[in-house]
Amino acid sequence: MRVGHQPKDFLLAVSGLTVSFDGFKAVNDLSFYVEENEIRVIIGPNGAGKTTVLDLICGKTRATSGSIQFRGQELTRLRENEIVQAGVGRKFQTPSVFEDLTVFENLEISYPRGRTVFGSLTFQRDDAVKQRVEEVAEMIFLKDRLNTYADQLSHGQKQWLEIGMLLIQDPDLLMLDEPVAGMSVSERAKTAELLNRIIKDRSVLVIEHDMKFVEDIAHKVTVLHQGQILSEGTMEHVKNDPKVVEVYLGH
Amino acid sequence: MIINSRFFNRSELIGFLALAVLLFVILPLSVDIFRLNLVAKYLTYAFVGIGLVLCWGYGGILSLGQGVFFGLGGYCMAMYLKLEASSVENTKIQSTPGIPDFMDWNQITSLPFFWKPFHSFPVALMAIILVPAIFSLIIGAAMFKRRVGGVYFAIITQAIAAIMTILIVGQQGYTGGINGITDLRTLHGWDIRTDHAKYVLYFVEVVLLFGCIVAAQFIRLTKLGRILVAMREQEDRVRFSGYSVANFKIFAFCAAAVFAAIGGAMFTLEVGFMSPSFVGIVPSIEMVIYTAVGGRMSIFGAVWGALLVNFAKTSLSESFPQLWLFGLGALFIAVVLAFPNGLSGIWADHIQPRIDRLLASRRPKSTNYVADGAPAE
Repeated sequence: MRVGHQPKDFLLAVSGLTVSFDGFKAVNDLSFYVEENEIRVIIGPNGAGKTTVLDLICGKTRATSGSIQFRGQELTRLRENEIVQAGVGRKFQTPSVFEDLTVFENLEISYPRGRTVFGSLTFQRDDAVKQRVEEVAEMIFLKDRLNTYADQLSHGQKQWLEIGMLLIQDPDLLMLDEPVAGMSVSERAKTAELLNRIIKDRSVLVIEHDMKFVEDIAHKVTVLHQGQILSEGTMEHVKNDPKVVEVYLGH
Repeated sequence: MIINSRFFNRSELIGFLALAVLLFVILPLSVDIFRLNLVAKYLTYAFVGIGLVLCWGYGGILSLGQGVFFGLGGYCMAMYLKLEASSVENTKIQSTPGIPDFMDWNQITSLPFFWKPFHSFPVALMAIILVPAIFSLIIGAAMFKRRVGGVYFAIITQAIAAIMTILIVGQQGYTGGINGITDLRTLHGWDIRTDHAKYVLYFVEVVLLFGCIVAAQFIRLTKLGRILVAMREQEDRVRFSGYSVANFKIFAFCAAAVFAAIGGAMFTLEVGFMSPSFVGIVPSIEMVIYTAVGGRMSIFGAVWGALLVNFAKTSLSESFPQLWLFGLGALFIAVVLAFPNGLSGIWADHIQPRIDRLLASRRPKSTNYVADGAPAE
């Protein structure tokens, strides 16, 4: 199936990835590959290990065995902040923004400069930072809320802010965990539009339940079930796979 | 300045000036030297409070062991002063002249190696900063790299405070034991016991205090200050924004340790001795209470908290010695339950708005009135 490809050609190459929590294998011998500029959606029933896969890639959870190669760099050995610096960005399921800071400050913290202790003491809010923050704020529909404290934002706005914080990091691989969950219909439409814009020029790994949204954006869909890949391919292919229909779409 | 907004906002500027006028003018002119020396003693705890504001208020790292660093600073200063007071002429009646009296009483016949550098004043001054900084760096690295945090960290710092006291009391020959290091006389040949010296030391301390306030404010306004706040709320988000959370926590903890040590060194100079009773669990918790009462998010609040609670402690413990500790405990509970931001929170939420309204009603239709964007500290 994957013959002829060297792992190097992929942006992300996950192979033989296993993690067990007290003997329970949440992810079991999982292998998949993401190409440059590919939009990959992971779907699967509850407890399939979708979020765990993202946790493993971004270093939040340590793998029991297996390897995660990102541009030839082994991520399983790096710390979370080093993985971010390598170019992997992660958005969590629940919006995690800094509520006691303003929208501007939230975005500024994610600006990829002055990330050491000394660097952050001497960090200057120069024109390049301001310009980039404003640019991103405009993209995430928060340009006129720059001086608002984040705890004043609505749930949807917080999600956008967190997406903005990832954007300003400018990662090569963007991982989104249910980016439209809990949003109103109009917010959902706006978010889809936003995501469609920001996923250009980078690879994206998305977990999402909203099938319409998945169909809109996915290049390729991976169906997880009990920590293993059940099916992989285009949305069309996956939809018609009898195994998938049985465990997931049929219900 | 590499800071973009103003260094102090309007209410902080008022706070800064009010404190400066009180400490530089009102108190020295209105109270006698005995009381002024007491104020100086209270203010040594304000240094600890400023450190706790950064570390606890901003960084969310509650340390119940600041007495350790206060003590390390104080002991470093006391060791230098003690060696100066233990010259061969002063100690010729001892069986081994030239060593501190408590060593002689404990049958120690030569100066221990770790005391020797303290013959030099510059070394002692450096040690006041470096010893607590290195010690807090080791504790911080051991804890934060392993992601020990929250209440576990607080308990461990408390254990360290207990260990430190036991160590000092147990090693009487090297540390002066439970009595501490007493009978300190001169600093670089200058008698620190005279009234004149006490005036000078008071002003030196206040200048240092304002230096620390400015340093803390500087840290607070840099991106590092905002990362501390961010870390307190969403540690994972900071980590996944590419920062090593542990390093930032270590920095905040070390900064708090150094501030506490400066306070401890001044304490030794003001009071004239240092003992393990300022190192252990109880003083460490009291330091947290001063900060909580003043307001853990406010640098000026911490100074006021240290002043007011200690003033209350002196007045009340003179008349009701048994009740004081209960009073302190009740005060802490009341502050945590009713006023989580302490006195500075009460000021910012209740008094400041009233003053603003009063001023606004006196000058109606001031068209170019610009409200401060940042909340009052």
